[in-house]
Amino acid sequence: MYKVKVYITLRESVLDPQGSAVKQALHSMEFKSVEDVRVGKYMELTLPSSVENVEAAVEEMCHRLLANPVIEDYRYEIEESVAQ
Amino acid sequence: MKFAVIVFPGSNCDIDMYHAIKDEIGEEVEYVWHDADTLENYDAILLPGGFSYGDYLRSGAIARFSNVMKEVVKAAEQGKPVLGVCNGFQILLETGLLPGAMRRNDSLKFICKTVPLTVENNETMFTNGYVKNEVIQIPIAHGEGNYFCDEETMSNLKENNQIVFTYSDENPNGSVENIAGITNVAGNVLGMMPHPERAMDTLLGSEDGKKLFQSIVKHWREKYVVNA
Repeated sequence: MYKVKVYITLRESVLDPQGSAVKQALHSMEFKSVEDVRVGKYMELTLPSSVENVEAAVEEMCHRLLANPVIEDYRYEIEESVAQ
Repeated sequence: MKFAVIVFPGSNCDIDMYHAIKDEIGEEVEYVWHDADTLENYDAILLPGGFSYGDYLRSGAIARFSNVMKEVVKAAEQGKPVLGVCNGFQILLETGLLPGAMRRNDSLKFICKTVPLTVENNETMFTNGYVKNEVIQIPIAHGEGNYFCDEETMSNLKENNQIVFTYSDENPNGSVENIAGITNVAGNVLGMMPHPERAMDTLLGSEDGKKLFQSIVKHWREKYVVNA
C-alpha cells in the first residue's frame, strides 16, 4: 500500500484572509508573538502497491485537481507500507 | 434561439436562470443535467450559480470534471456563447476556459446585496445592449468572489479588452482591479460574479440584467437569422 500525504497552501504571493483572521484570534489569546499564519489543506490518499509510476500519478492528481496552481502550492510525501 | 441551463448537483440559481430566459426574454430554454453527452442542440450555454458538489475542495473544482464539461469546452471552441455566473464563473476558471482563480472574499464574509457595476466593454456578444461606462445595478451573493490573476495575465486581459464588468463604488470582495466579469480572448465565454438573472424585474429591485440576455439573442439573430 502507498499512503500519500498531500499538503496544499496558498502561494506566498497570495493574500490569505483566513490565515489573517486566525492570527488575530491567536493575538487576542495573548499569543502576540505569532507573526504570520497561513491556512492550508491536508489530504491523505491510499493507493494499492500495484500502481505504477505512483509519483507521476500523484503529481498529476495534485496539479490537475487537488491544488489550483494559479494560487496554490503543493507538496506530498509518499510512504510505502507492507501489508501485515 | 435555444438556451441550455447546465444543472450540477448543488446548483441553486438554475431556476432563476431558466425563468429569466423563458419568462422574461421569451426564448427556448431547457435544463441539462451534468452527465449529458451532448450540447449540439443548443445555441447558448448557461452555467448557473450555486454550490456545485458542495464547493468541496474548491469552488468549481469538482464540477470541472463533470461529463458535460467536455461538451461545454467543445461549445466554447465552436464559438457559441457560454455564460458562467457566480459558481458558473468559478467552474469556467477551474476548467481553464477563462484565466485566473477565485479566492475567499477578503472580508471572509458572504456578501449578498445589489452593487453598481460599470460596463467596461460593450462590444461583446453579451453586452452590445449596454452603453460603454454605463452603471448598472446587479446583485451579488458569494463568499468566494475575490478574482485573482498574475500580472502577465492581467496585462493580457487589458490588452485584449477582456475585462467586461468592474465594481463601480466599493470593491465588495477584494478582486484585482475591481474585476466583476471577464471574457476569453475570442469573446464568446463570459464569467461574472454578479447575477444578471436576478435583475430581471424592477419589482425585485432591478431589471438591468435583461440587456445581457437580450444582447446574446440580438447577436445570435444577427449572425444566424438575418443572413439566413
